[in-house]
Parts: sequence; C-alpha cells; structure tokens
Amino acid sequence: MTYIAKPKFHHPGLKKNELGYTHRDYEGKISTLCAGCGHDSITASIIEACYELSIEPHRVAKISGIGCSSKTPDYFLGNSHGFNSVHGRMPSVLTGANLANRDLIYLGVSGDGDSASIGFGQFAHSIRRGVNMTYIVENNGVYGLTKGQFSATADRGSKSKKGVTNTDNAIDLVAIALQLGATFVARSFSGDKSQLVPLIAAAIGHTGASFIDVISPCIAFNNHAGSTKSFDYVREHNDAVNRLDVLVGRDPIAVDYAPGTVQVVEQHDGSKIALRKIDADYDPHDRLGAQTFLARHAAKGQIVTGLLYVDPDAEDLHSHLNTVETPLNSLEADTLCPGSAALDKFNASLR
Amino acid sequence: MSDKKPISSVNDFVVRFANVNGSGSASANEMFARAILRHGVPVSPRNIFPSNIQGLPTWYEVRVTEDGHLGARGGVDMMVAMNPQTWDKDVAGIEPGGYLFYDSTKPMPSTKFRDDITVIGVPLTAITNSTYTDPRQRQLFKNIIYLGALSALLDMDPKLIEQLIGEQYKGKEKLLSSNVHALHLGRDWALQNLKCPIGLRVKKSDKVGDRIFIEGNSAAALGAVYGGATVCAWYPITPSSSVAEAFTAHCKKFRHDPETGKAKYAIVQGEDELASIGIVIGASWNGARAFTATSGPGISLMTEFIGLSYFAEIPAVIMNIQRAGPSTGMPTRTQQCDIIACAYASHGDTKHVLLFPEDPAEAFEFAAAAFDLAERLQTTIFLMLDLDIGMNHRLCRPLKWDDAKQYDRGKVMTAEMLDEGRDFGRYLDVDGDGIPYRTYPGTHPTKGSYFTRGTSRDRYARYSEEGSVYADNMQRLVRKFETAQDLVPRPLQANAERPTKYGVIYFGSTSPAMDEAIGLLEARGHQLDRLRIRAFPFHSSVASFLAEHDFVYVVEQNRDSQLRQLIVNENGIDPVRLVPIVHYDGTPITARYIAKAIGDHQDHLKVTPLRKAVS
Repeated sequence: MTYIAKPKFHHPGLKKNELGYTHRDYEGKISTLCAGCGHDSITASIIEACYELSIEPHRVAKISGIGCSSKTPDYFLGNSHGFNSVHGRMPSVLTGANLANRDLIYLGVSGDGDSASIGFGQFAHSIRRGVNMTYIVENNGVYGLTKGQFSATADRGSKSKKGVTNTDNAIDLVAIALQLGATFVARSFSGDKSQLVPLIAAAIGHTGASFIDVISPCIAFNNHAGSTKSFDYVREHNDAVNRLDVLVGRDPIAVDYAPGTVQVVEQHDGSKIALRKIDADYDPHDRLGAQTFLARHAAKGQIVTGLLYVDPDAEDLHSHLNTVETPLNSLEADTLCPGSAALDKFNASLR
Repeated sequence: MSDKKPISSVNDFVVRFANVNGSGSASANEMFARAILRHGVPVSPRNIFPSNIQGLPTWYEVRVTEDGHLGARGGVDMMVAMNPQTWDKDVAGIEPGGYLFYDSTKPMPSTKFRDDITVIGVPLTAITNSTYTDPRQRQLFKNIIYLGALSALLDMDPKLIEQLIGEQYKGKEKLLSSNVHALHLGRDWALQNLKCPIGLRVKKSDKVGDRIFIEGNSAAALGAVYGGATVCAWYPITPSSSVAEAFTAHCKKFRHDPETGKAKYAIVQGEDELASIGIVIGASWNGARAFTATSGPGISLMTEFIGLSYFAEIPAVIMNIQRAGPSTGMPTRTQQCDIIACAYASHGDTKHVLLFPEDPAEAFEFAAAAFDLAERLQTTIFLMLDLDIGMNHRLCRPLKWDDAKQYDRGKVMTAEMLDEGRDFGRYLDVDGDGIPYRTYPGTHPTKGSYFTRGTSRDRYARYSEEGSVYADNMQRLVRKFETAQDLVPRPLQANAERPTKYGVIYFGSTSPAMDEAIGLLEARGHQLDRLRIRAFPFHSSVASFLAEHDFVYVVEQNRDSQLRQLIVNENGIDPVRLVPIVHYDGTPITARYIAKAIGDHQDHLKVTPLRKAVS
C-alpha cells in the first residue's frame, strides 16, 4: 500500500488525465497483503502507469495465477475484468483471452513461485509465441502464502527466515525471457517507482511479449539479513542500465531522476520510449549484448535493472497467425458458418 | 486341398489386410474399401495399427456388408497376408472355408497352410521386381498390384478403381498412369493364372445411397467450424490429433477472409494439454468459442482446469477421443473408458456434461451443438468419441445444417442491458434455472466488471469463505446441471417386436454392433427393448426405462462398466438390475460378442419370450 491512499474517496480537486480519469479510477479493492509488501508498490506503479497512459480502465484484462502476487489484480483497475486462474497457468489463460479479443490490453501478473516453478513452461511458451501482453513477475524469491519456502528464483546461498541456506541454483527469468525471444525485457525494483512506472507504461505500449521482472521483497518472510531479495540487499546491489520516460505523442512525462543521455525508441504502436542511459555503451536493441551484460553483472552479484532489451518492430501472435483485425469473439454466424450449400458440396466429395 | 467347402458369399464378407507399418499399404487398402463403395455396396473398414511409426504389424479390415451392418463382425473370410511377422496368427484367424492371399514369389511349404482354407498365391515381389527398379516404387506398387489381383478374384469392376485412382491423382498424370498400370499388372496376372472369381464376390448394388464416407474426427472438426469455434488449442496425442489437423484443413478452406486472406480463426499447438485447455478457458472467458481435442491422458492433465471451468462457470468444449487406458494404456486401441473420469473430472464435487455421438454424422451435429451448450450452461462440455469412430472411415448419413440456425450465445449481459439498470451479479440465479448472466471483458466503463476466480465467492463474485455462501453456490450448480438434462440430446428408444421385461442400454460407437446384435438375439428368441444414451446428465426417460424393465443390460467398452456405475450413482437404482456387458481388449465390440454375452445370460436366467403377451 506504499502509494495508495486508503480508504477510497473522491476529492473534487483530483488531477485528471486526458480521458478525464483520476487515479481513483485506476484503483481496485483494498489490498489484503501485508503492510509494506513490495507487491503493493507494484500495484501502485501499475495504477500510475495506466493513469499516465490514459488507458480506459475497462479495456484492460488483468490475469493472474495463484499466490500473493496473483491476488494483486484485485487491487487495481477495479472497473476491468480480472481472472485469478490456477497456479502457474496465467500465461495460457491470457493467451486464450488475447486470441479471443486482440483489442484489449492484457496485463499478466504472476509471482516467482507461479512463473519459475509450476508455471515455468507456460511462462516460456507465452513468451516465445509473442503474445501481446505485459507480463509482470512480482519476484520475492519466496512462497509467502505457505509461509516461507524458497522459490526457484531464490539465489543459491541466500537464507530463509528460519536460517536455512538455499543450495539450489536460481532461475533468472530475465535471462530466460531474453533467450526465448521476448521483444521487451526489463527488470526493476518495487521500491523504485521512478524507474518502474515508465517501464510498465512502455511495456503496455509495446506490441508483443513484454516481460518485467520486479524484485519485490516479502516483508514477512524474505526481508532479513542473508536474503538476496530484501530491500537492503537490492538497494545495495542494484545497477540501473537506464532510466526512461514514455511519450505517447504528447508532452513528456516528468520524472524525478538524474539526467543523462537520452535515446528515443519508437514502438510499434507509435509510442516512444526515451532511454536515459547511465552506461554509454549499453544498447537496448542488442539481444545478445543484453544477455552478456546480464550474465557479467550477475557474476559480480549485481542486480541489473532497467530496460534491457526492446525490439521496436516486434510482431505479436496475431500477426504470426494472420488473424483478422476484427476480434474473434465478435464474429457472428454469418461470417463463421460456411452454410448448407458448402456442406452439400462437402458431402458430395465424400462419396 | 481344402477339406471344407470354400465360403461362397456375395457382398457379405470380411477381408483383412496384414501389412507392415510404414509399407505404404494404407492408401491401397483404403482404395479397396472405396472401390467396393463405388459398386454401391456398403463397407465398414477399420484400422488396427500399433503405436509405432515403422516396422510393426498393422491390419486393415474391410467388412463388405450389403445389409449395412457397420459394426465390426469378428472373423476373417479372406486374409491378405503380407506380413511374415504375423503369418501364423493371420492364418489361424481365417474362418473355416476362407481364403488366404499371399505373395508366392517364394512359395510357402504346405505345412504353413491349413487344410480348411483356400490358398491363393500371387508372385507379387517377382512381378514388381521385373517391372520396377526403384526400391520405393517396388514397395508402393506391390500394394496396387495386389489390389489389382483382388479386383479380379472378387469380380470387381476395374473401371471403378481406375476412376478412384483418377480422382486421387488428378492433375498428376504420371502418377495416375503408373498406378493404373500397376493395377492391371496384378489384375491381368490373376485373370491369366488363377480361377477368377472366387466364392467371395462383389456385385453392383444400390445400398449406399447418398451416404457419405468420413472419419469421425474430421466430422467433429467440421462440426466445430459450423458451430462457430474460432479458437482451437491442442496438443498432439493419439487418437485425437486428426481432429485439430482436420480443423486446420477445414478452416483453411472455409474461414479465410476472401478480400484480405486473413484467418477468422486461431489455432495454437500448445506446449501441453494444460496449456491447451487454459487457452480454451481464456478464450471462452473472453467470449470466443473455443475447444481442444485430446484423449484420456490429456484429460488427466486437464482436470485442474476442468474444475475451474465448472466452478468459475466458464464455457469450454473438450473433444475426448478415447483410447484404451489407464495410464498410457494402448494408445492405438479403442475403448469407452473415460466416462467416470470425465463425468466427475477434478477435485471436489463436480459434474460435467458428456455427449455420446454414435457415428460421424452425430459427431458433426454434437460438436456444433457443444458450443451452444457450453455457452448456454457456462461449463465444460465433453464430446466423447473413441478411436473406432474417430480414426476410421464410417458410412453415415450426409451432414446436415439448417441455415436458419443462430448460435446460442447464452446469458450475456451487454452494455445496453447494464445501462438499462439491470442488476448484474455474476452468480445471481435470476431465472431460477441455475444459470447466471456473464459479461465479456471490456463491456462497459463502469458496470459489469467482475473478478473470476476458482475460490468461493458470493452471488456478486465477491470472495467469500462463508459456509452458507459456498453452499448456496454449490446448490445453484446442481440446479444448473438439472437444467442441462433438457438441453442435451435425449436418449433414443427402440422397442422389441413383442413386449419384454428386458432392456439394453448402450451408447456411442457400440451402436452399429448393437443394432446388428438385436437381430442375432431375436433369431435366438430373445426380445429386448433398446435405449441409446446420447448424453449425461441423463434425461428422465432413462429412469423410466429402468423402471419399466426387470433387467437392463448395459453394453460398453471398458472393464468396469463405467456407464452402469454412472447410471447407478445418478439414479439410485439397485445395481443388481443392471447387468454389465463389457468388452475391453482394445478392439471394437462386435455384434457376435454382444449377442453371445446377452444370449448366454438370458439362457442362464431361463428367459423365454413372452409369447402369451402376443395376442
């Protein structure tokens, strides 16, 4: 609940976006997560990003799996349809929803348990298919709802709240997403709103599979000394490759971070990402370079955040399938059913 | 020399081809069946094949049946024995007085034959080797050469076969002429060297009529096209893969926008069955008609999502082409063994709608209807085919479609309805039929959105762990299932010629064998009323049928009599009154088997026909 003022009320002086919506129009129910949970900060960033993009809230479909992270779609965009599916299966449900109606915006919210273990396959395949979605993993390295077991993203050598040391290697979802062909790959930190909000906004504007891994400390079970997903650890080891703004053919959005060189990237839908580069050598259009950069910093114990890779000319699953522009869910019998005459002809071919 | 008179029969016999998987014999064998159809004589062919690509034995059986019996008969009148691996078994399976056709390039010793059959040797390898140099050509044309020889032996009209070859290789003149040449190589050799025709003959008739010859999987896939399915997600698994492949082919033909060439459908080969049903549920939740096709092992994997579909009330259509289980079972053998698994799929209290088509024509109709039912009932609908229907060509009535038909999209609340002030509660039972209204995502800026979840919630879709709220919801789901009884296809009853206290219940691919078995039983003096169940939940007429008969046989193709279990469970009937007749070796049930099993039981009961009841 870091950025959300509760209880909900409407102040007449609330600032409105281009569509006349206020922040309140992008909020949802009161979070039932632990106070201080990083996931609530991500919720707030989603709200902020959607507000800034002037998205119609009801044109978003928010889909999740099971777990603390997957509860969060109930806490934003209250006027949009949500789907809390089953553990690890968010990507397939989202893929089906996207196939049915390509006109909506799809937000997939998942957790590290959800996406890196039971749903690892679905995560991978939705990425490689290029489903037009923003896939956010709220990554705390731990199973919160079942009280503290390691997840598959927990780093080797990190300690649980009970003092147990993790001996398994960690899965780096960002590295996997890059390898699988995601056309927008980023990592951020729930406590860095100034970085996360534009990243989410840019991901929403991107046509194709956008993936954002957000380190989100679990205040109850993974925010202690020895954890590599704690607030303190991430702050100390964070190395941002870039800062960015999002421009949607309007005035630039003011953000509060250190100035640097700016690289504007035009996305498929016409929106532009302005990258403020910290590292002069970093090229977010170079997939192989991103993979190397990520691995090199991981070896140094650094958590690289920012936009790691984007393909501004990416295509999505609908392009691959060559589907009609009209959403499939609105096609009627007159265009779908070949009719009796065609059937008679078909029958005749079978004699 | 045979010590038994050779079988003599016109338009009523069984020919079985024993081949090696991968030898290219399938098209020649199917052409044999089609050629007989072109004579106006019904056929009932069946593939018997291994779970293997190349090298293992495979059989193709053609029942020639002027009387129109489309079930498997059992027994073989003529064996075309082309596989040395299975020689002994194949020879042993020939009916006394039957015929053995084999490649006599290297003649077999007489000890390898039987005295009570007629042996017909054709030097197929010698003929092919003297004509073709390419090894692959030798293999492929050997099949056409034996087809030619059979045409002479069975008195078939070669022009009809030439016509078929012409249709198959239309536009490929070289292939056409070489196949016709091979056909006549075999035919001429037989005419010159053998006594033609033999006792088994094909005579032109007019018993096929306007019926079509199609596989159930292809028909079901076409039903999905006509039923308005736009999203198909699937994962390859025998014997269901050809559903998705046929859907792809039908869509390419019927579903491309003529102006843009763009597809009015989306087909995704999922990474597994879990993803496939997940995609179906996501698409259906968002208002598209979606389906998947699978078989038993896929159902096992999908059960988690099926429970979600039931509880969260999301439409889904699953075509289950059943094969022999459990576990991997026998992937290429037929059974009706997923009845219980599908009826109660997933954990907790669930019940699902099952449809049981008897042939490709019903597979088409029921597949199309499944999408109406799924959206009307907002739940999973199972189309329960099996390998015997799905992967075999079956003669059936032409497929029919009423152009006046509109899709039943169920209870969908629109933006206009919401603006009218209609009270929207996602799980409100406003009509008393247990079916609530739903909205599609994106419908309205401020009204009608809700959160879909597999956890308990109240009538307005608000999360709730209140016991009374949960029970209220579960009771509504029971009401909905009761509503389904009158929406699904009703059972079809056929009464015996004379009043009887005995009945028989059957379903699905058992149908043609059952029809024939009734005749055999009547000849033995047994009268039975018949009820063909076409769906679960059971219509009230099932209970009436049970009440009207002292004993009812339940004929099915699984070990544990699963339909009988379901009937007992759902009707509270004394199990003793339901006599299981089961067949589960992976081959299709036959009329002979049914008639013997029921007849023996009737004899054991000392049943006599109710002659006094006849006035």
